Amino acid sequence: MTARPADIATYNFAYLDEQTKRMIRRAILKGIAIPGYQVPFASREMPMPYGWGTGGVQVTASIIGPEDVLKVIDQGADDTTNAVSIRAFFKKVANVAVTTETAKATIIQTRHRIPEHPLTAGQVLVYQVPIPEPLRFLEPRETETRKMHALEEYGLMHVKLYEDIARHGRIATTYAYPVKVEGRYVMDPSPTPKFDNPKMHRSPALQLFGAGREKRIYALPPFTDVVSLDFEDHPFEVQTFDQPCALCAAENVYLDEVILDDHGGHMFVCSDTDHCEKRREQGHRGHLAPETPPALEKTEPAQ
Amino acid sequence: MTDEPLLRVSALSKFYGSRIGCENVTFDLWPGEVLAVVGESGSGKTTLLNCLSTRLLPSSGTASYRMRDGQFRELYRMSEAERRFLMRTDWGFVHQNPADGLRMTVSAGANVGERLMAVGDRHYGKIRATAVDWLSRVEIDEDRIDDEPRAFSGGMRQRLQIARNLVTRPRLVFMDEPTGGLDVSVQARLLDLLRGLVTDLGLAAIVVTHDLAVARLLSQRMMVMKDGRVVESGLTDRVLDDPRAPYTQLLVSSILQV
Repeated sequence: MTARPADIATYNFAYLDEQTKRMIRRAILKGIAIPGYQVPFASREMPMPYGWGTGGVQVTASIIGPEDVLKVIDQGADDTTNAVSIRAFFKKVANVAVTTETAKATIIQTRHRIPEHPLTAGQVLVYQVPIPEPLRFLEPRETETRKMHALEEYGLMHVKLYEDIARHGRIATTYAYPVKVEGRYVMDPSPTPKFDNPKMHRSPALQLFGAGREKRIYALPPFTDVVSLDFEDHPFEVQTFDQPCALCAAENVYLDEVILDDHGGHMFVCSDTDHCEKRREQGHRGHLAPETPPALEKTEPAQ
Repeated sequence: MTDEPLLRVSALSKFYGSRIGCENVTFDLWPGEVLAVVGESGSGKTTLLNCLSTRLLPSSGTASYRMRDGQFRELYRMSEAERRFLMRTDWGFVHQNPADGLRMTVSAGANVGERLMAVGDRHYGKIRATAVDWLSRVEIDEDRIDDEPRAFSGGMRQRLQIARNLVTRPRLVFMDEPTGGLDVSVQARLLDLLRGLVTDLGLAAIVVTHDLAVARLLSQRMMVMKDGRVVESGLTDRVLDDPRAPYTQLLVSSILQV
């Protein structure tokens, strides 16, 4: 009523109104009770376009409290547009502390990666999901895919893997690799690289998935069995890289290819920027690392 | 052989509002027997077939099927999960238009292998070997295994559809005008193939057709339908050589003589 003229419009804590948050929390609780099951929810318009993480933002907004510490990553990086914008958004509308350090965060909203640093009990990983239905490209009818989930008819999922092997000689699906949750529901782990699939298995952290455009929420409670689908004679394998990170020399992590110039120069670096910086602080040096690592702001407290 | 029928149908009726789809159809189907259902279009053949294959629920009447364990089960009292399981293991359904029964965007091999994977087969090499075997049995070259059915001719698509249905060794196959829309030489080869497969595998089949020649070639017994009711039934040769009902006489005499 008597807002100071200099103020911008005042939002409810974490942007969403309390009724909406209750509705989303109900969907989350149902999702946790039935691991891997896609719970429909009344997705709201958010101040960002579909495809930019409207589902993840709504889930985060519904579970965040003033004491939480938020980390947002986009393809593993803390410093890309999507991550910076969402972090700034929550800093503004919820006034929470934000961080880039995986170990310090209580909520990590992610677009398509799971941090390299192992997650611990009490942490929540919120995924932004574009297409939650793993059967969608094989069966376009939603009525039919829901029935297939209900009756556990998942033969079709293996048809896709069969096609991969028939065409490429191996399972060529590298991201959004379908998993079976607790021996029941087949789930799309969002377009994370299949490199991250094993990290989902029996993770001590709570994992929540929000798809804003498709209006679905699903969840993996801590210590849930998550098994990647495969054939007996073509078992599931993660990507391997034949060289370590060019900056921090890390091995057995997921690497991004970075183009350096117009003459074919490129390097492979950690996709997880926090992990890479931590290692460089500890003195690990890749063959392309600069002399002095840049000092980066890590954590900003709530104001 | 057993002395019990495979399928018992009793007083089956399907109404669309006040209109009759099919009315009061009763018959038994025995293992290894091919039953043809003939009649003009709109006579209720396809409605009957859809009711029997549980794609449609009838308005009244019962149908019970003898499962592999020898027990009769009432089809319309089964849960949807059980019916769908039956549909992809013990039964087959060959559509008139192969595009309805095939996945047009996945390879021929995956089309054949889908049922195997649906019942839990998880060995790529074995699935592929089975697919190769079935493609050869329906006279499709092995080197077409990775092609999509979109690249196949009408006759090949229909043969692929048959292979896809027979791969789990069903005991009962429903066919809706399996040779409709194919030219006569392709029809003849397909009929030849079907007849061979039916005899080799001891399949029971219910074939809906308006083509009396198809009925004569494939079936041992036939039912003639008109306006949703069965007007005559009996051994195929008897019905075609000595039709008794006036409508059957008309139907038989309408065949064009070349």
